[in-house]
Amino acid sequence: MKSARRTTRPLALAAATLFGLPLFISACGATPGASSSEKVTEISVMDYYNNEPDKSFIGDALTSCGTQAGVTIKRETVPGKSLISKVLQQSSSKTLPDVLMLDNPDLQQIAATGALAPLSDFKVSTENFAEGVLSAGTYKDKVYGLAPTVNTIALFYNKDILTKAGVTPPTTWDELKAAAAKLTAGEQYGLAFNANPTYEGTWQFLPVMWSNGGDEKNIDSAETAQALELWTDLVKDGSVSSSALNWTQADVKDQFLAGKAAMMVNGPWQIPALDKQPSLHYGVVKIPVREAGQTAVAPLGGEVWTVPQTGNKARQAKAAEIVACMNSDEKQLSMAKARNTIPSKTTLADKFAVENPKLATFTELIKTARARTGELGEGWPAQATKIYTAIQTALTGKASPADALKQAQGQ
Amino acid sequence: MSLTTDASRTASRAGKSGSGKTGSGNSRAGKAPAGVTLAPRRGTRARRERIFQWLFLVPAVIYMALFFGYPVVKNLVMSFQDYTTATFFTGEAPWVGLANYVTVLSSSLFSTSLLNTALFTLGSILGQFVIGLALAVFFQRKFPLNGILRSLLLLPWLLPLIVSSAVWRWILDKDSGALNRFLGELGVIHTGVPWLTSTSLALIAVVGVNIWIGIPFNLTILYGGLQEIPDELYEAGSLDGATGWKAFRHITWPMLRPVVSVVLVLGVVYTLKVLDIILGLTNGGPANSTQTIATQSYELSFHEFKFGEGAALGNVLVIISLVFAVLYLRASRRAVDE
Repeated sequence: MKSARRTTRPLALAAATLFGLPLFISACGATPGASSSEKVTEISVMDYYNNEPDKSFIGDALTSCGTQAGVTIKRETVPGKSLISKVLQQSSSKTLPDVLMLDNPDLQQIAATGALAPLSDFKVSTENFAEGVLSAGTYKDKVYGLAPTVNTIALFYNKDILTKAGVTPPTTWDELKAAAAKLTAGEQYGLAFNANPTYEGTWQFLPVMWSNGGDEKNIDSAETAQALELWTDLVKDGSVSSSALNWTQADVKDQFLAGKAAMMVNGPWQIPALDKQPSLHYGVVKIPVREAGQTAVAPLGGEVWTVPQTGNKARQAKAAEIVACMNSDEKQLSMAKARNTIPSKTTLADKFAVENPKLATFTELIKTARARTGELGEGWPAQATKIYTAIQTALTGKASPADALKQAQGQ
Repeated sequence: MSLTTDASRTASRAGKSGSGKTGSGNSRAGKAPAGVTLAPRRGTRARRERIFQWLFLVPAVIYMALFFGYPVVKNLVMSFQDYTTATFFTGEAPWVGLANYVTVLSSSLFSTSLLNTALFTLGSILGQFVIGLALAVFFQRKFPLNGILRSLLLLPWLLPLIVSSAVWRWILDKDSGALNRFLGELGVIHTGVPWLTSTSLALIAVVGVNIWIGIPFNLTILYGGLQEIPDELYEAGSLDGATGWKAFRHITWPMLRPVVSVVLVLGVVYTLKVLDIILGLTNGGPANSTQTIATQSYELSFHEFKFGEGAALGNVLVIISLVFAVLYLRASRRAVDE
């Protein structure tokens, strides 16, 4: 009897391990099988606003939209860098949230997988949005995501340093070069931008490339080469530190804050940090164009809200209500003001610019801003890699700007 | 296995002896039936023991299969597929044969990455080992604060790599970095050295940081190895006039050999796959001058979403590591034999 018991116990244990473990694992990945007729009381949301104050601003907007739609919001915030891997993981285990926030250049990538539902399925209005905003949210002629507020980059300048040197904010490349050279003295550089080997480096280069008529489809063009020449010249003549090759946009902001750069290329999200230093007086202008008369084309930044294909129509409809509410005029204005971003509806632009003069330049830029994925869609990451590779090759002097672009395009 | 064969052999032997001597009808014949009845009981017991043996293996086997087998196989399969972001949702990944390997290996970046990986590994290992060994020998002596200093040297090991690389990135900055400030104060340099932004210096700087990180590992293992060498050898050696360098050359080094080979091979495997330090310091730049196979594989998979190509490049790295892992296994077996 004793020996028999001794046999069965480990056997049962082994059986439990062998069969229980896979069962347990598969149970973890199982979808909460809910019928579409049930009443939806809770909507899950995932975004990457995991730092204050954005976390609360977005959280408050979501909560109020939830109340309006009669549901409670179950929100999860993840760090920006791990959002995409998390989304991919969830899409393979079919556990995507009801409402998902994505960085706009990632939208088409995710929409292409089939994991997102077109917003037209739920009659979400896409009227009055800026063209760039819609093209960022569109995949194969259908809108999958809408950004309530957006951003872009412009030229910040230190008013005190410029006045002292008798320099006015530049509007053309020649003026920019002259101003940057004049403002470079001792430990102070005339300009700071980032040209690091990541998409951030590409992003900062896009304004000069696009404004000059360059196109991402083929970067081996005279227009793009001219733009890269500007970047290269600025580094070569010492107006921009060669550290730009390794700086992030946050580093660029630190240089500007410390007075080590008289001007910088950066976005409105840096404004709270700049405002914390009362001794700093700064202004914002559009990034200069090559010749007077060219239109400044800025790259569009910001996050879109989407409705993933969770397979539950009732929940998806409620989720679409939340997305529509987040994109309502009222929410766009309040979030834009609180977060130093720009409302994505052009109809709100004038009113917003008057009420928020600090953001006026950015508001103006958004009207003509271009989405990075507008032309290439899923092909953007590969081409963006080529762009920053060319920038790095030219800036380190390994090849002339034109050759660097040719090499990169051919890769 | 051996248990069963033993048991069955005993059983058959018992049977044979029983049948062979039945005619003689003595005490031996009387024993035979006992042997026959004993045989099946012994058999079940042996079988049961065999089951137990396997059961004890089960947790380890499940663990290995789940956490080592599955990823390796998955990565291998992935490298032969057109594995994209869509695959995660649809589960469809078309088989593309060797296409991923062809793309990755024929890319102009591959030779650069391979060379950088080799230089990075070689430089790091050489620096880590020489400095680690020198420090280990140094700490063999008895002097005040020995213990405290030795534990302070472990610091680089205790810091998260992302913290170390952020701090080093600041130290090595061209304009306001601590290193350039220090050298400037000494009058060694007059303009900032672009440690991380010059194509000729960046790899050296990254290797330098990796050496700093690797010293504690080398120091600890080698110091342990040195402690194992009996003092009598040195006493005997000193009688024969072997002191200082001679003692090191003829006593320390030969005695330390097994530990050395283990440290070196493990070091190589660890260094080949270094990712976070390079990403934190330079992101592979400037102009790919610090791009290694590991960083490029990461880039392909997680920035360009070309999971198939990333996996293919990852496997190339696995194969290179495997060569060294086999060397390690052989070295450690020899160490045990000795």
